[in-house]
Amino acid sequence: MNNILVTNEVTKRFGEHTALKKVSLEIPKNSIYGLLGPNGAGKTTLIRIINQITFPDEGAVFFDGAPLESHHIANIGYLPEERGLYKSMKVGEQALYLAQLKGLSKAEAKQRLKYWFDRLDIGDWWNKKIQELSKGMAQKIQFIVTVLHEPKLLIFDEPFSGFDPINANIIKDEILELRNKGASIIFSTHRMESVEELCDHIALIHQSEKILDGKLSDIKKAYKNNIFEVGLEVEKGATLLQELKDKFQITSSAFNPLENQLDFKVQLPSSDSGAVLDFLSGKANINQFVETIPSANEIFIRTVQNKDAHE
Amino acid sequence: MLMNKLPLIIKREYLAKVRNKSFVIMTFLSPILMVGMVVLIAYLTKLNDNEKRIISVLNESEHFTNDFLSDQNTGYVNFEGIGLQAAKDSTANLGYYGLLHIPEEGDLEMVAERSFFYSKDAPNTSVIDDIEDIFQDRLRQKKLMNMGVSTQDFANIADRFEIRTSTFAGEQNLKGINELKAAVGGAFGYLIMMFIIIYGGFVMRSVIEEKTSRIIEVIISSVKPFQLMLGKIIGTSLAGITQFAIWIVSASLLLFAAFAIFGIDPDTLNKGADMSSVMGGNLATPVPSPSKLMEYAQELYRLPWLTLIIFFLIYFVLGYLIYSSIYAAIGAAVDNETDTQQFIFPIILPLMLAIYVGFFSVFSNPHGPIAVGFSLFPLTSPIVMLMRLPGGIGEGGVPVWQVITSIILLIVTFIGIVWLAAKIYRIGILMYGKKPSYKEIFKWLRY
Repeated sequence: MNNILVTNEVTKRFGEHTALKKVSLEIPKNSIYGLLGPNGAGKTTLIRIINQITFPDEGAVFFDGAPLESHHIANIGYLPEERGLYKSMKVGEQALYLAQLKGLSKAEAKQRLKYWFDRLDIGDWWNKKIQELSKGMAQKIQFIVTVLHEPKLLIFDEPFSGFDPINANIIKDEILELRNKGASIIFSTHRMESVEELCDHIALIHQSEKILDGKLSDIKKAYKNNIFEVGLEVEKGATLLQELKDKFQITSSAFNPLENQLDFKVQLPSSDSGAVLDFLSGKANINQFVETIPSANEIFIRTVQNKDAHE
Repeated sequence: MLMNKLPLIIKREYLAKVRNKSFVIMTFLSPILMVGMVVLIAYLTKLNDNEKRIISVLNESEHFTNDFLSDQNTGYVNFEGIGLQAAKDSTANLGYYGLLHIPEEGDLEMVAERSFFYSKDAPNTSVIDDIEDIFQDRLRQKKLMNMGVSTQDFANIADRFEIRTSTFAGEQNLKGINELKAAVGGAFGYLIMMFIIIYGGFVMRSVIEEKTSRIIEVIISSVKPFQLMLGKIIGTSLAGITQFAIWIVSASLLLFAAFAIFGIDPDTLNKGADMSSVMGGNLATPVPSPSKLMEYAQELYRLPWLTLIIFFLIYFVLGYLIYSSIYAAIGAAVDNETDTQQFIFPIILPLMLAIYVGFFSVFSNPHGPIAVGFSLFPLTSPIVMLMRLPGGIGEGGVPVWQVITSIILLIVTFIGIVWLAAKIYRIGILMYGKKPSYKEIFKWLRY
């Protein structure tokens, strides 16, 4: 079994509204799986089904090969998007309570909390009340509580909201570290820039349906459109550009005569770039030749727009 | 593994409630306030009794001679040989309470008809009652005399009579024992109502707090919403029991202490006993004379206390569970406390109804059709049945079938309501941002 979690045609309705329509996902072990989609797409509903907060009307969910059952809760750590802590409870007490609810013994919870509090440099917060802490500080506690019981599957719903850039980086490193130690992570967000850095796999959910999923690198390959970015050092840039335009489909270009620098983008019929290289060899000094790979953001927007256009 | 989380939740809810500053303040301040109020009432009553009213009497008639006798509360001063206007002026100048003018001419009826009481303000009813009693006695005496009954005979027939009552089983009752029983039952019923309203409110606020602090989703990813709801209800009720225990112990201690310090005879309180017994502190009862005090104490002692306490617990637990799960559902449905009003009113309604029906209908006829009906209806039975129970169960008391039926109905209702409330709760806790209508909540039941 290489998948920690599999959902099989999961459908969920709330009255008239269908929140999820036959969503099938395969979340591989030891990877970071990006669950992407605009607000209201159904990400949170799917996550709540995985956490057994709500239950699917149709379809099934499998955890580590077995149908999802209530005892699996101890193997899942969940950081919800709407998150908070008891305001008038002390930090340590509260962390202990939440850890015990996840099935840790009190002694074990205490020991692990101490480790994490030291690691994130918040050891002196133990006896403070949550209402005395800032929002970012409370988020750190929540992160610790989520990962404390060392679950096999971690679910982070918009984990970086509420963090300043420095602390967001600390948390990002911790998430990567957890993956390296063997945890599988579902990472739900609508902010694409964090996806590139973290995710190995992604699934795109739009209007209750999964419209795309797979390895991020594969998807990127599938979405590239054979556009190459080329930079040349050439004296007679204008002439060369004209020749290129006659032979290839040039989508954009710029020539800087002072530095003899010609930059252009070329659209090729296939990913075979040999013809361009052959043509250029001997005519100019190539200082850049890259295939443009679409960003996750582009893929996201393109897929969603495609989907909307078809309807 | 999942079930051992319930004690954890109960413990947290209990500690969160008990450690709360307002809980601590309420717990220790309320007995002091309550006792302070009782002592104040007793003191004021005493003060009121000590104020002696002086009434001047301008008696120009021969029909009244020695009828106006001063007593502890009222003093009568006779004016003689002055006119009505002068008498009025003197009464005012001397600062007396009022002037009773009895005119000269005519027979007794005519004199009585034309007598007047003058005072600065509208007169106190008890003063008027006293004077009226004197007139009535004189009138009755005169009529009886006309029929040939002597004053001596009149005094003889003035005896009061109280019938002694007994059950068929031969148990003798004192007069007023039914009122006594009703008061004890009323106290228990009232206690249940107060507990439900106060602690149901706590459950509701606790649910709202979890919603507004957004911790709810973190928790229900570890435990089932139903467990959280149940743990909250149980934990809060344990905090309530703690508070009541502290209140009852400290209130009785303080009462004794206060009476000892201020030297107030607890008998002074007898007039207010109905109320103070309802408040759960002092179970003193109306006693006509000190000689009967022991008899009443014995009668009170003979009440089926064990039955009462056992059934108090049964009805209390079932009633509290039903109502507090409704409170929990309300808390889950709304975002803040101000939105709860429209939902709370329909809950308080049956409780108020139970108390009023209890006080007006059950007290006068504990086994009448209204009393029976309301003691079977599950939303009112915890209160109304307890008001009937001091009469005992079985012969002479509440028929066994009624007790069993009401408990079965309560259990069935409890299961139904908790099931519905848990459904609303489960959906409601994850709904943010808007105040739902009844229609919407009804929809949640079908999700």
